[in-house]
Amino acid sequence: MSSCSSPWSTMDGNQNDICGQSANLTSNPLYYQFGLDNPLFGMGIQQPFPPSTSPFGASSSTNIPHMDWKPAMMLDNLTFIEEKIRQVKDVIRSMVDNGGQLPGRTGDIVQQQQAVNADLTCLIVQLISTAGSLLPSLKNSSFLSHPPAGHMDMANHVGSSSSMVPYTTISEENNEVMCSPEDYDELFKGLTDGTVEGGIEIDNVLVEEQDTKDGDEGGDAGMDGENLLPGSYELLQLEKDEILAPHTHFCSICGKGFKRDANLRMHMRGHGDEYKSPAALAKPPRDASTEHAMVKRYSCPFVGCKRNKLHKNFQPLKTILCMKNHYKRSHCEKSYTCSQCHTKKFSVLADLKTHEKHCGHVKWLCSCGTSFSRKDKLFAHVALFQGHTPALPSEESKVSDQVGRVGSHQEPAKLTSSMGSFMWDNSSGDDTVLDIKGLDSCGDDFLSTANFGSFNFSFGPLDEIKGNPSEGSFAMLPSEHFQSVREKGEN
Amino acid sequence: MAMATLLAHHQPKRRSISPAPAPPRPLHSLADELLFLVLDRVAAADPRALKSFALASRACHAAESRHRRLLRPLRAGLLPAALARYPSASRLDLSLCPRVPDATLAAVSASAAPSLRAIDLSRSRGFGAAGLAALAAACPDLADLDLANGVHLGDAAAAEVARMRRLQRLSLSRCKAVTDMGLGCVAVGCPDLRDLSLKWCLGVTDLGIQLLALKCKKLRTLNLSYTMITKDCFPAIMKLPDLEVLELMGCVGIDDDALCSLEKDRNKSLQVLDISNCQNVTEVGVSSLVKSTPNLLELNLSHCCPVTPSLVSGFQRIAKLRTLKLEGCKFMADGLKAIGRSCVSIMELSLSRSSGVTDTELSFVVSRLKNLLKLDITCCRNITDVSLAAITSSCTSLISLRMESCGHVSSKGLQLIGKRCCHLEELDLTDSDLDDEGLKALTGCSKLSSLKVGICLRISDEGLTYIGNSCPELRDIDLYRSGGISDDGVTQIAQGCLMLESINLSYCTRITDRSLMSLSKCAQLHTLEIRGCPRVSSSGISEIAMGCRLLSKLDIKKCFEINDAGMLYLSQFSHSLRQHMRLAEHDHCTFSGYYT
Repeated sequence: MSSCSSPWSTMDGNQNDICGQSANLTSNPLYYQFGLDNPLFGMGIQQPFPPSTSPFGASSSTNIPHMDWKPAMMLDNLTFIEEKIRQVKDVIRSMVDNGGQLPGRTGDIVQQQQAVNADLTCLIVQLISTAGSLLPSLKNSSFLSHPPAGHMDMANHVGSSSSMVPYTTISEENNEVMCSPEDYDELFKGLTDGTVEGGIEIDNVLVEEQDTKDGDEGGDAGMDGENLLPGSYELLQLEKDEILAPHTHFCSICGKGFKRDANLRMHMRGHGDEYKSPAALAKPPRDASTEHAMVKRYSCPFVGCKRNKLHKNFQPLKTILCMKNHYKRSHCEKSYTCSQCHTKKFSVLADLKTHEKHCGHVKWLCSCGTSFSRKDKLFAHVALFQGHTPALPSEESKVSDQVGRVGSHQEPAKLTSSMGSFMWDNSSGDDTVLDIKGLDSCGDDFLSTANFGSFNFSFGPLDEIKGNPSEGSFAMLPSEHFQSVREKGEN
Repeated sequence: MAMATLLAHHQPKRRSISPAPAPPRPLHSLADELLFLVLDRVAAADPRALKSFALASRACHAAESRHRRLLRPLRAGLLPAALARYPSASRLDLSLCPRVPDATLAAVSASAAPSLRAIDLSRSRGFGAAGLAALAAACPDLADLDLANGVHLGDAAAAEVARMRRLQRLSLSRCKAVTDMGLGCVAVGCPDLRDLSLKWCLGVTDLGIQLLALKCKKLRTLNLSYTMITKDCFPAIMKLPDLEVLELMGCVGIDDDALCSLEKDRNKSLQVLDISNCQNVTEVGVSSLVKSTPNLLELNLSHCCPVTPSLVSGFQRIAKLRTLKLEGCKFMADGLKAIGRSCVSIMELSLSRSSGVTDTELSFVVSRLKNLLKLDITCCRNITDVSLAAITSSCTSLISLRMESCGHVSSKGLQLIGKRCCHLEELDLTDSDLDDEGLKALTGCSKLSSLKVGICLRISDEGLTYIGNSCPELRDIDLYRSGGISDDGVTQIAQGCLMLESINLSYCTRITDRSLMSLSKCAQLHTLEIRGCPRVSSSGISEIAMGCRLLSKLDIKKCFEINDAGMLYLSQFSHSLRQHMRLAEHDHCTFSGYYT
């Protein structure tokens, strides 16, 4: 959202307190909502927004001049708020002074309190309208001037159109498609005048602009696995911030963000009865125009990526979700670390959860100590290396009698007495595998499952190993060993 | 007495080769190789003679101990002693020991039997991975291991098998608990494997087979019957350079898709292919399979898919085909005729239990297949004398003819068999209209060794007399429920066929102890079935027990005249008896010693 708010904040030259605060608030919807609610209830106002929304409309018509959304107007707006605050401050200061001298004149105090309340209400409405203008969505102040009947539609618009903003910002930042403020005005008029279709039309308009641009630049850049011809689909490219934004739908009133439009509709119910009608709660119907629209494909904003439209062998991403996951996986830091193995890192939370489901289940073991989570991987490994053989998970009974039997072989004395130090610590990691490859005939005993079983046994309780699962050949090491080796690797 | 028999039987032979072994000194001077050759001959003539020989003197005993290669103990408890006595034994057959605990196998390793090459544990239970581990340690040169029916054996056991590095033949049939992991161990551990049976190994999947095919390049025989394999492992199998025999009986995962995928990589070494009972294979799959295996000698398509002319015409590509088994198949119109056109080189054809086999088609086929040696038309109920006339006139070199339950063939037609096919060695005419004239016609078949004429109600002693007089090589005769025969016929057989090994007289209600007395002269007899012969008594059984010392299988169920007296004789003399069906519960029969 920062990309959205930045144009506005730069436009406000004087950086008013309130403006700054509201800018912050928009970037943090939760805080915004909190800040909105708190002063109202703190001041004991019973009905800040009656269900009929009449004070809303009245205040906008009386106190707030119709804004054309120009910086100058914004500035006026803010100066107005400033003036008003100063007035209220004066009144309260006088109240403080008077209150100390004349404690008994309660009637005056009540009158003054009501006046202050009215002023504060006015202020809040003004604040909301200003803050609302800073919502990611759009020109917003215009919705304040709308008749109350249009409110529900507006909520929908804001919800649906919030996802479209990226295209405008993209084009602005890339300086590829310049949209003048007049253009915006046109767009927003279309948005506010029409119904939901308006938003979609905007979508299409912007996308078409990008498409033509694509055609100019890339030529036949769209050849992909599906054999979609370059021109046969709409190509969309979201900006990095857009992709990483946690929410795509925002409440037009309080600014709270949601991942799903349905959740937004549920949330809107709290803002009044008009949002509770079946029509308002229903899923916006799909229009015929969208059904006939072209297939959409997405491009990764990372230049140089194969999924980027500028790449020579460009392969578009099928859905917006694909693109988000792709971007996170390929071009973002892997911030989620597996809590069990502390090794695997993921940038997508779902990936981590999938991994954690299987992490620690070392089911398929090779005689060389390498473990695999899948049988076919083990067998591919065994097929590849000479002398490696699948190793069976040792059972207690089997192991115990095998240790005794192994005792008659050459190495076992070392093996049973000094547990982990037998083979694995003098050659760590891949070296072990190479060693084993070298051993061919003499490796018979070493590679046999019997010995393998005795490894596990010598490590003490099996549960411990299972409890501290690790990757690759480390699986054979006792836990503290594993730690040290890992540290070495990290260093 | 034992020595006397030995001398009576074999003295002439020995004299011709070497001095008599009676004095110890000459036996010592005789080279072991020569002595062993003598003993081989002696054993071939009378397996019991070796025992007598060993009892003759200490030197003979030592010589016999060095000579014996095969051990087949009747009880697992005897194994340590047996191994101690026969240090040079190379094969250990434990199939007569139903229970072989781990301790016994450990005893093998204790007695240090490094000469052992082959061990058969197919009928034994009670051992596990520990026993096999002991075996692997004791017998480093083990080349042949049969673990069939080891339903209790799992991957751990297979991992122990994998320690036998020189294993060449391994059977894991019915080791249902063995999975890919176990098979993977075996594949890596036994690179010399040539013959592997994984029949009924339900835990084995494509992954294991792929690894096996990759690691064991010397495989010649691979049995994958009734496994869950699919097409994924097929390319790997077909790339085995030496694969000759592939059995895929009852593999439900094998379908046309799998067989069609083979078309690209041909396997020129494959000679025997069995895809019987593969329900999901149709004509399409078989046709493409035939294209990829040009050197096939034997093809088994039993219970597989309907036989159509187009399917059979594909067999032209496998010009060397010798054996074609189409048991239980449904023959479409002209399907059988197409065999006559496409597979002229066939020597063995089996059509048993097939539907759609008609006189005209069968006549056409046999008229084209001049080389036919074996023909099986069991339960082809529609054929008549016409077919038989065609068979006997065109396939005069037939060795084996099996035509059980061909009810429409008359006795006249059956007479043609004996008249025209004089090379017959095996003949199955069970449940037919055979009469004495038909048996008389068989007098020309002097090489006949197996004759099955059960449920032939029209044959009598007269017919058996012809057989007894003219078939001296008869080893196996089946007279089950042929109610027309009596003691005279059996006596004729016993006197004429001294090589007789097996006779079935069940429900021939007219036979008495006299028959058994005559049969007791057949020293080679090892199987006697006289179930439901109420006139046989203990005295007859005692004669058999004393005369037929090799008797190993005896069925005397429902012989109500046989009592404890007979049992006593059996327990005293029939040391080789394995299967013993008794009238009532007698528990005083103990079997000990070694079966030779």
